[in-house]
Amino acid sequence: MSNVTERPKTKLVPVPSHSVIPERDADKRPILECSHLGIDFGGLKAVDDFNLTIGRTEIAGLIGPNGAGKTTVFNLLTKVYQPTRGTILLDGMDTSGKTTAQINRMGIARTFQNIRLFSKLSVLDNVLIGLHNEMDYNLAGAILRLPTYWRGERIARRRALELLSIFDMQDLADHEAGSLPYGAQRRLEIVRALATNPSLLLLDEPAAGMNPSETAELMENIVKIRDTFHIAVMLIEHDMNLVMGICEGICVLNFGQVIAKGTAEEIQSNPVVIEAYLGKKKEEG
Amino acid sequence: MKTNNRIPMPVRYLINLVVIVAVWGVFFALMKGGVITDYWSGIFVTVGINIILAVSLNISTGYLGQLPLGHAGFMAVGAYTGGIFMKATPVGSLLKSGNVGAAIPYIIIALVLSGLVAGLFGLIIGIPALRLKGDYLAIITLGFGEIIRVVLTNIDSVLGFKFTYGASGLKQVPKISSFNLVFICVVLTCVIIHMVMKSRHGRAILSIRENEIASESCGIKTTYYKVLAFVLSAFFAGVAGCLYAGYLGSVFPSTFKFMKSIEILVMVVLGGMGSMMGSVVAATVLTVVSELLRSVGDMRMVIYSLLLVVMMIFRPKGLMGSYDFSLSRWLEKLVALIAPRKGEAKTEKGGAEQ
Repeated sequence: MSNVTERPKTKLVPVPSHSVIPERDADKRPILECSHLGIDFGGLKAVDDFNLTIGRTEIAGLIGPNGAGKTTVFNLLTKVYQPTRGTILLDGMDTSGKTTAQINRMGIARTFQNIRLFSKLSVLDNVLIGLHNEMDYNLAGAILRLPTYWRGERIARRRALELLSIFDMQDLADHEAGSLPYGAQRRLEIVRALATNPSLLLLDEPAAGMNPSETAELMENIVKIRDTFHIAVMLIEHDMNLVMGICEGICVLNFGQVIAKGTAEEIQSNPVVIEAYLGKKKEEG
Repeated sequence: MKTNNRIPMPVRYLINLVVIVAVWGVFFALMKGGVITDYWSGIFVTVGINIILAVSLNISTGYLGQLPLGHAGFMAVGAYTGGIFMKATPVGSLLKSGNVGAAIPYIIIALVLSGLVAGLFGLIIGIPALRLKGDYLAIITLGFGEIIRVVLTNIDSVLGFKFTYGASGLKQVPKISSFNLVFICVVLTCVIIHMVMKSRHGRAILSIRENEIASESCGIKTTYYKVLAFVLSAFFAGVAGCLYAGYLGSVFPSTFKFMKSIEILVMVVLGGMGSMMGSVVAATVLTVVSELLRSVGDMRMVIYSLLLVVMMIFRPKGLMGSYDFSLSRWLEKLVALIAPRKGEAKTEKGGAEQ
């Protein structure tokens, strides 16, 4: 584990909207800019005044105690919930009024905390569904099996196997997705999300239910994905080894409010965070 | 079962084509030889119509995962559209004079038109109905089926033209539904549905059944695909309705009661949700069984229901479950079994056991 946690230290630079991003992304347009984002459930402000900027190739972490609103933030970003307040700019484009499917086509892909695979379908089909919008043949092309169909399917199939090979899963292609072990299902969800060709990948507790060696492997893979696809990754995770190991910028949420932002070192030494979250964790350990 | 001995797609299609032609050939020979009586070939026509109905309902129940209860309504729309169209065209006189060739274009137009009009109704119902889920969708579609039936019972003219003849029914519809026509329609229906389901569009429909939120986050326009599945389902129900009208020669609104929708749904459930082969087998078995039980009179429905109860106890997921039979895959296994290649002995056994 220790060898993975020691990574070259990222220097964060401030950007407008009270955020920081890695220095290498500073002169490029950020992939995600949230300002004053908020949602109310009845009288409860589940998320309030959420400001965050993510660099184009940043691995960002979103942490916080249970019920802090982390998954709600993901649901806001992907428009599963429509935000009550605030704006989300994806690669400089406003996402207000867009549907979840449109958001995906604009470039945000996600995984789910409670795995949401197409469990009765094969592993390959799961990835092919992710590649849905990468194929362009129409209904007539499918019914008449026109050349567009064959070309689209062939390219998609090859791409799907390629993506599966990131996690060495190409041999499982014919298996039913629901029959895979828990860890493999989580990895398949990441592959499916990657298949939609995102520029920002949201991972909701990717290491949940994984053992330490699987987690270490996952960390390597998240970095590998970022480096191969040149995309930004934002993850929610309770495993502090993972978060502190690979996340460049970390945002801490408590009761729907951002209480701290910064690098792993800054977060670890932040008294507010320790009080809200890490302090408790240390006592338990 | 790895990719090593997979049959290439064109050959697969060819094998299936040969089998279909062979099946038709057997029926044709048996009918020519008098083994299959006129009575039974009539039953086979009913079987064919029921297969189309079951397979089409399977799109929205088995593949899309919704529970519409108004399939008979779409069938009614198709039956009346086809019936009225054929009465207005010289199909009847052409068929009577033995000029089948000249009647064929009219028949094709009638079938497609019935499908399109039923599909249009599917679109009109589907857009609001598919915003609802589960029980609500079931009830709204049930309501639709009843509305269609009640409207057909109560109107006998539209804008002064006598079209539908109200409760007394549409009569003297040209009898177009020969065994051959129904056979072709069944094959085309199954092929088209299969082609759609084994494409990105079909996978999108399946993904909605499996997990709608995940499907949406994969960039799939779920509303579009729900409506598409619903419209496809209605289209083929309309075609079946047209064949039904062309088989009986007369159409009555009372045929398309709620029980007709349930009857079709029973076929789908019994065959196994999401299994086309299951729908085909169940539609065949149930039609033939209910025909055979005609001789026992009043006991028919009792035995029929008992049969259903017993089936559901022993095969709760339907005859086929969600398994779909593939001749080519079966052949691949057979080939692997007969001609084992070196180093592959283990994989074949695994394949054969499945």
